[in-house]
Amino acid sequence: MFYREAGDFKTSYTDDNQTFPIKFDRYRYYFVLFVAFCVIPFIVNDYWANAVLLPFLIYSIAAIGLNILVGYCGQVSLGTGGFMAVGAYAVYKLMTAFPEVNVFFHVLLAGGITAIVGVLFGLPSLRIKGFYLAVATLAAQFFLVWLFNKVPWFYNYSASGQISSPERTVFGYAVTGPHASAWTTYLFCLVFVTICAIIARNLTRGSVGRKWMAIRDMDIAAEIIGVDPLRSKLSAFAVSSFFIGVSGALFFSVYLGAVEVGEAFGINKSFLVLFMIIIGGLGSIFGSFAGAAFLVLLPVLLKNVLVSGLGWPTDLAAHLEFMIVGGLIITFLIAEPHGLAQLWRVAKEKLRLWPFPH
Amino acid sequence: MSENKNEGYVTADGRKIGGTLMEMKNITLRFGGVKAITDISFDIKEGEIRAIIGPNGAGKSSMLNVISGFYVPQEGEVWYKGARRPSMKPYEVARQGIARTFQNIALFEGMTVLDNVMTGRLNHMKANMAQQAIWKGAAEKEEVANREVVEKVIDFLEIQSIRKTPVARLPYGLKKRVELARALAAEPSLLLLDEPMAGMNVEEKEDMSRFILDVNDEFGTTIALIEHDMGVVMDLSDRVVVMDYGKKIGDGTPDEVRNNQDVIDAYLGVSHD
Ligand SMILES: Nc1ncnc2c1ncn2[C@@H]1O[C@H](COP(=O)(O)OP(=O)(O)OP(=O)(O)O)[C@@H](O)[C@H]1O
Ligand SMILES: [Mg+2]
Repeated sequence: MFYREAGDFKTSYTDDNQTFPIKFDRYRYYFVLFVAFCVIPFIVNDYWANAVLLPFLIYSIAAIGLNILVGYCGQVSLGTGGFMAVGAYAVYKLMTAFPEVNVFFHVLLAGGITAIVGVLFGLPSLRIKGFYLAVATLAAQFFLVWLFNKVPWFYNYSASGQISSPERTVFGYAVTGPHASAWTTYLFCLVFVTICAIIARNLTRGSVGRKWMAIRDMDIAAEIIGVDPLRSKLSAFAVSSFFIGVSGALFFSVYLGAVEVGEAFGINKSFLVLFMIIIGGLGSIFGSFAGAAFLVLLPVLLKNVLVSGLGWPTDLAAHLEFMIVGGLIITFLIAEPHGLAQLWRVAKEKLRLWPFPH
Repeated sequence: MSENKNEGYVTADGRKIGGTLMEMKNITLRFGGVKAITDISFDIKEGEIRAIIGPNGAGKSSMLNVISGFYVPQEGEVWYKGARRPSMKPYEVARQGIARTFQNIALFEGMTVLDNVMTGRLNHMKANMAQQAIWKGAAEKEEVANREVVEKVIDFLEIQSIRKTPVARLPYGLKKRVELARALAAEPSLLLLDEPMAGMNVEEKEDMSRFILDVNDEFGTTIALIEHDMGVVMDLSDRVVVMDYGKKIGDGTPDEVRNNQDVIDAYLGVSHD
């Protein structure tokens, strides 16, 4: 019975509007922040950073971005990989063109550039919906990848056609390039995740968020209460693409270091992030984290248990991963469209009453 | 009752009705070959409850859709607050202070009652994206101020207990009430209600009638409503427009309309020839 809201009375609308209205949740949130910022940086090693933490943090940003578009605004997109590529190439061009500017701002600017590109590709959403919009974003995906392959200016005419991230520092510590250490890259990404999550939370609880959800639930009714559908949809495309651009920029500059666009930002990436938000929960920030954690951890876990532990061949473990993810997607789509986040909520509701069933 | 074009009048129960708020002039609306509305003119005066009645398919909902900007009539003019209204998108109409409910409920099913009603305040919320992203400051202040208005509407319609319930879980009658709450939250100058009592039992109808009268009485909101239940119409409305097959066949006080031969024929189903 330690988890409860009885006796936790709200005396103002501000209190009622808090991100975590229940005290226990609030403390847990502070605890997570404390561990993330003050404990993990001291104990993180290269393996944990590269196998788990960096991909988790970076995919979380992408998942939050896609969730704003799909989960909150109801506009399906299969262009995530392409938009991540925009972020990656934007940050590359910025890093190489303005080496004296701090890389932190490069990443933010890359997000901004991706937002503009996202708005351009979001324009058709006024006319087309659902399946057809998904196909249009798919076209964006392929077009963008093709563009970055085709135009040498984007990869600074390098012979390999790849882009690779030069060393850049923040407060004197390298965060990109071969000399960056685990804790600096981790903290650098964590700062962006925290900022993005807070912004996403704030936008979705206020009037912009309600406009998005109104469009998602019934666009005709949204229009009748005064929502301009084009502006709302485009604002969702902009915010969503901003996050996805930031994540693409980090994915390239901090995590991979060198990128071949078709490989790193192909259609697979679009599906991976989409699966994250379906499994994690559409229309939930927490779900975006849960989905990213799940799909990042699953292969690591399978590899450690099946391949290293039980001696299975690697490809068998990989196939099993496909089957598990596929099965889960179908299960969640049919049984629980709100994903892990909803299961978590139900569990909490049960806990709230425990041990008394009524 | 003296009724000059731009002047008000005093109702039977002593309420003062103001000048013309909205005027439809010679509206004709066609869907391909089908004429849904044929050359209809009528006005809505400030502070009155105006009913639109007529048999099924008469074109009543189409008329509300013209007022709220969903349909653009092929002919005719819409005048609002003393000026001719250019052709407008529905969201622009909403921003002019016209709110409505639908014949088939149009709520946001994925949101709670509170959030649904809060959407009614969107036109009053001005914080920009950057302010909302930061939240503390302008956005939070605005949220709280609008929440206060919404809570008043929630109290008024007696839906406090379902505040945090997702709309999808509510029974039909309550959904209708939430939809009214959302429209009221906008503090409209003109409220359009398309069959607010359709499918309700007697008790629910009584509640809804009381709310409509209270809204009109307390906030002075002008209301145009479509309703099939004649008893309700006669009790609620100050003036009635009667439509049949897209044409206006009667216009006046409930008593005048009730004694109009064309109206009687239309309702008793005298053949049209
Ligand atoms: N979008 C549309 N396209 C084609 N025809 C339409 C459309 N909307 C309405 N109509 C036609 O216009 C006529 C009037 O319809 P309307 O819905 O306005 O009637 P109503 O008076 O509201 O009827 P009810 O009492 O059944 O609600 C009907 O013949 C209908 O078929
Ligand atoms: Mg109708």
